[in-house]
Amino acid sequence: MTLETPVVVEPQRPWKATPRELAPTGYLLLASAFASWAVVAATPMKGKLAYAFLFFVFGTASLSINKGRKLGRSAAVDSIAGSVAMTGAFLVFLPVASILFTTIQKGVKGLHWTLFSQTMFTASYSDPISKGGLLHALVGTLYLILISVIVSVPMGILTALYLTEIKGPGSNFIQFIVQAMSGVPSVVAGLFIFASIIVTTPVKASAIAGAFALSILMIPTVTRTAQEVLLLVPMDLREAGQALGATQWKTVATIVVPAARNGLITATILGVARIAGETAPLLFTIGGSDKLNWNPFKDYQGALPFYVWKGLLLGTPESIQRAWTGILVLLILVLVLFILARTLGGRKMKSK
Amino acid sequence: MTTKPAAPAPREITTKPRLSDRIFRGTVTGVGMLSLAILTLIGLFLALRGFQTFKTEGFHFITGVKWESVTSDSGKVTNNFGVGAMLIGTVLIAAVALVVGVPLSVLTALFLTFYAPERIKKFMVSVVDLMAAFPSILYGLWGFFILMPMVQYWAGLLYEYLRWIPIFNAPQPFFERSPFVAGMVLAIMIIPIVTSVSREIFAQTPLDRIQAAYALGATKWGMIKAVVFPFGSSGVVGGAMLGLGRAFGETVAVFTVLNIVFKVNFHILYGFGGNVASMIILKWGEAVGDETKALLAAGFILFVLTLLVNMLANFIVKRTLKSGK
Repeated sequence: MTLETPVVVEPQRPWKATPRELAPTGYLLLASAFASWAVVAATPMKGKLAYAFLFFVFGTASLSINKGRKLGRSAAVDSIAGSVAMTGAFLVFLPVASILFTTIQKGVKGLHWTLFSQTMFTASYSDPISKGGLLHALVGTLYLILISVIVSVPMGILTALYLTEIKGPGSNFIQFIVQAMSGVPSVVAGLFIFASIIVTTPVKASAIAGAFALSILMIPTVTRTAQEVLLLVPMDLREAGQALGATQWKTVATIVVPAARNGLITATILGVARIAGETAPLLFTIGGSDKLNWNPFKDYQGALPFYVWKGLLLGTPESIQRAWTGILVLLILVLVLFILARTLGGRKMKSK
Repeated sequence: MTTKPAAPAPREITTKPRLSDRIFRGTVTGVGMLSLAILTLIGLFLALRGFQTFKTEGFHFITGVKWESVTSDSGKVTNNFGVGAMLIGTVLIAAVALVVGVPLSVLTALFLTFYAPERIKKFMVSVVDLMAAFPSILYGLWGFFILMPMVQYWAGLLYEYLRWIPIFNAPQPFFERSPFVAGMVLAIMIIPIVTSVSREIFAQTPLDRIQAAYALGATKWGMIKAVVFPFGSSGVVGGAMLGLGRAFGETVAVFTVLNIVFKVNFHILYGFGGNVASMIILKWGEAVGDETKALLAAGFILFVLTLLVNMLANFIVKRTLKSGK
């Protein structure tokens, strides 16, 4: 007996618009484009803004009239609302596209290999971009990230465990405090570390002081993401652990945390992405050296955002080129972290 | 017949947690409380260091508009520190950011929740999340070189046609580095947070009410107007306030695109303004002694301001989210 090949049923979507129904939309948009071109040519209005605005007005109006003619007044209003919502989303997309495009376009010009092997110790920011590099800033940023992770990740995850596992009498309040903490302005975090650590203790401006300031910003991010992930771990797993006689500590350490591992890594990455580009707290806490400094506990340290900041403030064409190149390196770092967090987060969702 | 094995000694039944559990609970609770400690310490240290300024300047520190430290020939130092102009500027810029940013965010959230096809939705959610991950100095750089020329042109249009509205007037048509430009950059920076909060709230709209509206023959817009807005409006207000907290505290991006002058300016298009956070980094480089203390006092005011706004915002958002369940 041969196996019948299974019949694959094509899903029917009778509500989907046919090309025939879509055609008027296309015609109307084309007509609006032409009309806005004609109006711009005929009247004193000019510029890209005029084209965009007129196209939006004509397109929205003609589509709405078309709908309204067939389906009545409320359909016409509905069509306007849809067009406006779509335009809003498009307007949000534009700056992101522009930022990515400009950063790459302007930053690439300054990329060269010695950028990653030299520092600014012997070069000045207004020297041609081929002189000097940002090795010191890269090392500084890596130190800052490393120390911030060491400080914030245990703290963030333990706080999240308090909020999800212990659920003590204070958890609602602590939840509130963590949310309030995520709103602390970055400049205040820097001022605080200056006022508390740099003024009163032997620790002076250095990578570790900077990392403490960044940790204040990173802890709430890690806590909130970790908390969301821990809440996704099914209650059954915890109950199963307890039923087998495990103590709460054993259940959390051997069942809950491993089950949420990917999510906790995502929380860490999101936290790092949050602080990697922070500039304001570093202005008070790391000193912003142009020299390579391998000791994170002593002496001034450089950092990528600080490098960009210095280049921007100086304002010569060469220094601004440096700023663009520095921000490109920083952006690539952030993008890599972002994509990592996405893929890990996506995998977690699938396995569920 | 075999002899019965001796029954094992009955296990002690107790609700007292084991030692390991006590250590675990103790540690976790302790760390949980740490964030409260940090927040308190921030307020305490800034207030303590700024105390002298508050004492000498008194209420004038908040209302005064001058920021100067003059050393006379005899070596006597006269200080006059006030953040009044900066506070007004901060609120003005944040207001511009909200007026531009919140409608765009709400429209985007509506589009993502109710209109967008799955693929576009996924893409746009990534775009908005990416926006939140961009460093603020990147917004500053882009805002200064790319956005500012465009915004200056828009400011010119507003000045030409809407000058009769007082805030769009200006002593001269000079629009560079104005509060309007800073507000535009901030508007883009608050879009991610306002959009994601609004989206979360719109997604919580009770499905039965949505379906009831459709069943009664409502169009999509009719449904949104009758169901989504009444349910979500207070949550959107909360989201907007979270954005406001962001806008108050933003430093580097505003510093890059704003011409900070210690003078009250209500003409948003005109090329100077104030901002507490940016003023702190502007003055920090040259500050010594009393001025440093005054800057820490300004930091304290900023901290209290953002904390209050954020707490209120979180409270509102949480209440709305709960009402959907």
